[in-house]
Amino acid sequence: MPLIMIFYYLITVYLIGLLAWNFLREKKKIEDMAMYLLVLIPLLLRVLRIK
Amino acid sequence: MKRLGLIKGVLVLVFLVFLIQGGSRLYRHRHYDVPVVAGPGVTRVARLSDFGPGLKGTMADTWVYFLEGKEPGGKALLMANTHANEPEGLLAAVIIIENAVVEKGTLIVIPQFDHSASLNTRSGDGYPLYFEIATDWGRKKFRMGNRDASPLDQWPDPDVYIHYPDRQLLSYIDVRNTNRTWPGRPNGPRMEKVTYAAMEIMRRDKVDLAFDMHGAETMFPVTNCIVAPEKSIRIATLASLTVKAREGFDNHVEPSPGGFRGLSHREIGDYSETLPFLLEAPIPFLDQPTGPKTEKLLLDGKDPFLLSLAQKKKLFVPYDESGWPIEKRVGQHCSVVLEIFRQYAKKNPERSILVNGIPRYAEVVGNGVGHYFHDPAKAEKDRVYMN
Repeated sequence: MPLIMIFYYLITVYLIGLLAWNFLREKKKIEDMAMYLLVLIPLLLRVLRIK
Repeated sequence: MKRLGLIKGVLVLVFLVFLIQGGSRLYRHRHYDVPVVAGPGVTRVARLSDFGPGLKGTMADTWVYFLEGKEPGGKALLMANTHANEPEGLLAAVIIIENAVVEKGTLIVIPQFDHSASLNTRSGDGYPLYFEIATDWGRKKFRMGNRDASPLDQWPDPDVYIHYPDRQLLSYIDVRNTNRTWPGRPNGPRMEKVTYAAMEIMRRDKVDLAFDMHGAETMFPVTNCIVAPEKSIRIATLASLTVKAREGFDNHVEPSPGGFRGLSHREIGDYSETLPFLLEAPIPFLDQPTGPKTEKLLLDGKDPFLLSLAQKKKLFVPYDESGWPIEKRVGQHCSVVLEIFRQYAKKNPERSILVNGIPRYAEVVGNGVGHYFHDPAKAEKDRVYMN
């Protein structure tokens, strides 16, 4: 795997962490919670090397 | 607090359902293998990585089938699934691998040229993940791929793809398009390594003719044609006229533009002695203004919106209620390949390629594509290759 590809996977993992943290911290807005999870789907599929 | 936990729990549950349901289908698609039976004419099978570095162990590596005749003669390379959402090339290549017997010369066939693209899909366009062809022994299931290689195999895309070696600026996504990365280089992005390996086959084996088999939209002018550069255009023209006169189907000739870089019909001719031909068959499935992108549309090419556009003369091919079925598209590719062999042999008898067992247009239309596929369950195990 080329070095730049490894960096992009690391960036993706970082974004997943940010989104998961925001989801856990959100206390009021249900639409924001749903949005965090929705945005997580393609990032997780990439890290899991599915899509 | 308890209510918040409940809401988050429900959301996570829904999220997991979406993730697992969608993800598992995509995972199965990426790992589904299509068996291809090496027919009586296949004398050896190699990997593309044998010809180019950096492909071994990657999803871009693919099978290369050699069909060698007893008598030496010319050599031809046939590539299919350069764009893995244009299956007529793949089906013609599988027919050739499973049935052709070469008397003189050599055929080299790569049925899944962009193997990574065949593992990809275009979910945003609602592509089916698979399509099935009815055969004499059951249904043969193929993966439906995408135009470009999977980002899982080559990522990230650049802002602009700078073509090597001409430095022409191409769309960012063309860095994953194996019909823009010719002639390739051994240390470039992975799709350049794929085209470089094919160039190495042509240079090392002194290949005379190269075919890149595609499908194109009915609303795109470069469809139903043979694209050829200056050095191939005479043979292409003779083949086009002959199939029209003898077999009754149109397949006009389009000149390969010299200023548009990266395409097989341009770079193969410029960077080797080989004569390239890119074959385009009309594929209504790829047109934008159609109904849903279903397996049925992919195979029969029937669409009411295209029919309406045809009546307004907006298409570049004749189109009626019969659509543009897969049998016609595959049959055209088989006949045009055979006709180009014949025309080339007329001028170069010592480099001729004589092949038996490849059906012509009328036979494929009459018998169906699946009639020519062999049952992998009944074939010897060491003759079945998973693609």
